[in-house]
Amino acid sequence: MSAFRQNVIQPIIDLWSLIVGLKVTGKCFSQKLITVHYPRETIEDEDLDTYGGHVELVGKPKDPATPKCISCMMCVTNCPSRCLKVVKAKAPKLTAEQQEALAEAKARGEKVKKPRAPKTPQKFIYDYSLCSLCATCIENCPVHSLRFSHTMYWATTSREELKLDLLARLRRQARRKPRPAAKES
Amino acid sequence: MKRQYAGTDPLAGDFYTRQFEKDRGEHTLVVNMGPQHPSTHGVLRIVIEIDGEYILRADPVLGYLHRMQEKMGEVQTWGQYIPNMGRVDYGHPLAWNWAYVGAVEKLMGIQVPERAEYIRVITCELNRLTSHLLWWGAYILDLGAFTPIMYSFDDREMLLDILQRPTASRLTYGYFRVGGVRKDLDDRCIEMIKAFIPRFRSRLPMYKDLVTDNIILRKRVEDIGIIDRDMCRRYGCSGPVLRGAGEPYDLRRCEPYSIYDRFDFEIPTEETACSAGRYLVRMAEMEQSLRIIEQAVEGLAHAEGGHIMPKAPKPSMKPPKGEAYFAVEGARGKVGVYAVSEGKKVPYRIKLRSPSYSNLHAFAEAAQGTLLADAVATLGSLDLIIPEIDR
Amino acid sequence: MMNAIDVHMLIRLIIAVVAAMAWVGINALVLVYCERKFAGHIQRRPGPFEVGPHGILQPLADGLKLMGKQLFRPAGADAFLFWLAPMLSLLPVLLLFLPIPYGPMLTAMNVSLGILLILAFSSLNVLALLLAGWSSNNKWGILGAARAVSQSVAYEIPLLLSVLAVTFMTGSFNLSAISTSQGAWPWQWNLMAQPLAFFIYLVSAFGETNRAPFDLAEAESELTAGFHTEYSSMGFGLFFMAEYAYMVVVCSVCTVLFLGGFRGPVADGWWWFLAKTYALLFLMIWVRWTYPRVRFDQLLNINWKWLLPLAVFNLLATAFVMKL
Ligand code: SF4
Ligand code: SF4
Repeated sequence: MSAFRQNVIQPIIDLWSLIVGLKVTGKCFSQKLITVHYPRETIEDEDLDTYGGHVELVGKPKDPATPKCISCMMCVTNCPSRCLKVVKAKAPKLTAEQQEALAEAKARGEKVKKPRAPKTPQKFIYDYSLCSLCATCIENCPVHSLRFSHTMYWATTSREELKLDLLARLRRQARRKPRPAAKES
Repeated sequence: MKRQYAGTDPLAGDFYTRQFEKDRGEHTLVVNMGPQHPSTHGVLRIVIEIDGEYILRADPVLGYLHRMQEKMGEVQTWGQYIPNMGRVDYGHPLAWNWAYVGAVEKLMGIQVPERAEYIRVITCELNRLTSHLLWWGAYILDLGAFTPIMYSFDDREMLLDILQRPTASRLTYGYFRVGGVRKDLDDRCIEMIKAFIPRFRSRLPMYKDLVTDNIILRKRVEDIGIIDRDMCRRYGCSGPVLRGAGEPYDLRRCEPYSIYDRFDFEIPTEETACSAGRYLVRMAEMEQSLRIIEQAVEGLAHAEGGHIMPKAPKPSMKPPKGEAYFAVEGARGKVGVYAVSEGKKVPYRIKLRSPSYSNLHAFAEAAQGTLLADAVATLGSLDLIIPEIDR
Repeated sequence: MMNAIDVHMLIRLIIAVVAAMAWVGINALVLVYCERKFAGHIQRRPGPFEVGPHGILQPLADGLKLMGKQLFRPAGADAFLFWLAPMLSLLPVLLLFLPIPYGPMLTAMNVSLGILLILAFSSLNVLALLLAGWSSNNKWGILGAARAVSQSVAYEIPLLLSVLAVTFMTGSFNLSAISTSQGAWPWQWNLMAQPLAFFIYLVSAFGETNRAPFDLAEAESELTAGFHTEYSSMGFGLFFMAEYAYMVVVCSVCTVLFLGGFRGPVADGWWWFLAKTYALLFLMIWVRWTYPRVRFDQLLNINWKWLLPLAVFNLLATAFVMKL
């Protein structure tokens, strides 16, 4: 009797679970869609705010087109993927007149100050195709000059385009609209 | 034209196929499942000998996704290695994060602030949920139902939104730091977690109705792919595979690391040792993870210390000479990192103990004598992540 | 010398075959679109959306894409059989549409053995699948073909027996006659008299058309793509069309046998026929997007241990009741 039960009655009862499955999918069929229909819709900015896109420079509060960066190379040495390249600015070349003036001043026994190289880097190249988005550079920057951008909808067809000149990007950003100060730690 | 089989033709097939063909019986067929097979989830390759649809022998071939993760540990500084840990196992990267920073902290004798521990527990458990949901969807997909993965990704997407807030990434997290975590959980994040828990609890019955109770699925997984305690012991299986064999071995309970001894949760086990057992263990684990998160969120409110210790070591830290091993319970089993330091900026050796690697090898034995379709069901139930196997 | 009736018949036949071709094409397009939309909504996503309003032109675009692809034949495949298989899969389907009565007057060929014609020609599909798997020189293909053959052969039997039960009741193999023998209202349909046969027919129909949960011949997570692993471009396209065409045939026949065909409340006509057929097709789609796939031995067990005895029992019971 139990064999009959197990082999005949039970399978018939089990068929009910198939109906239950149909009910579940049927219910979902009648519910509204939950996907974000890109490009007609995009996700809310609030969700984007925490998204870590590629790394970008932070401008000085007073001068958003120049980065806070002081060319200390901490980010370059600590980056595990070696995708940052910072070129320090050179000391400005003195014109002949300036050199003369300097020499004169020296001759007068004054304390002369050779113009120092500006701290802002000359070049800040970043290769997004190599970056592992680990935030090591961001954490180790002593002046908080780096942060994650929130660029999500970016697609390119070539690897070259992923090499970013962050200084140029910052200048472009400053021209467009000042971004609120970064809260990235 | 007479067909030449790989066993007789010296140019047919590669090394593994030729080796495998040597023992081929009469009237059997040797087929390669993978490296581009839909149900091997990536580039795992399994050479199988079949007689009709019955599998006589199976042999996994590894190495298609070898990325030298361990070797990379020997050329990067201690801090620079953390992002690698997010990429060993894309399913549950925070467990690897934890195992690695845990080992380094052990080396350096660092005490992590309480708040950081809570944050680690919360994020790690959330990550375990995403991992199990990913497995669930993909497993049912292997068994031929297309819809459940969409439902599980619905929930998983919310989890990723939560995890994105502190970690700034959605899949390969490199969030833990030696001495704490990178960023604190903000209020919005806590709110989202609190909203997620009841929502997910209400979704679980739907999962049960749609899939777990479905008679077709049950017939596909019950008594299939037996991996019992003895086999687990021989192959070193851990995680849900071991618990599915009835052994309540969970590092969170057996060797409580961090603050897991403060939480009240159960270790679900199943005695059946089959695919269904492993399946049920994972489903039950999701509920337990929810419980842990609930308690941890409560504990976080009055935890002391910051999210990272005040003087956290820099990436260029030099741990003292010595060695340390730290293991955590990942979604797939025991995740261990063994680190040797020579007192230099770069580690001397990093050894990764990945659970998928051990679990995979039980497959060859479990699949013997089963049908091809059962092999797929067994393979899926092991929840393999290929990059973790090859490292 | 041909007399007028023969010429008349011939013209009628040619028109019918051309119409059937168009019908197959249109149905494939519409069904692909419906299936993808339906699946999308079940999974709570919109489905195709980009080509045309609400993606309505997507199947056309897919078709164009398929045609534009390279026709590829793997080395070592038997060229003749390899290309014969997809055609053999699609061509018999065109015949299957001929005896189906879409409306009271809308039948291409009112053959008295219509149902037998359908059953006979639909068996050719098995041959096509076998050839496809065998000739493409692929191990997965052979496995898929072996599965397809044993599955189709097995499921044909209960299908036939359940159909026989209905013909016992109406005493005719003519599909038009079967339609007209049923009443307009649901309780006058054969469904009420033969619920078991209907159920058996439906399950066997899933098996015959290789649809999920019985899509073992092309189970992509086990056999990559089964018998059509090596087919690209229109080779695959023809199999694809044939699969949808068989679905339509099977559902049409089901409508005729069990759901009253073109009979319906208020006014008989092709609209009722279409509505019922598509309702059945949607059921098939719904089922496909809900269940996992059964295992191969289970599939055969369901057939030999359940459907076949039930069908035989049903047949005997029908015969007994009819005799009384
Ligand atoms: S995020 Fe990491 S990988 Fe990317 S630039 Fe910064 S340190 Fe380098
Ligand atoms: S970005 Fe920061 S860490 Fe990098 S060079 Fe500039 S100041 Fe130094």
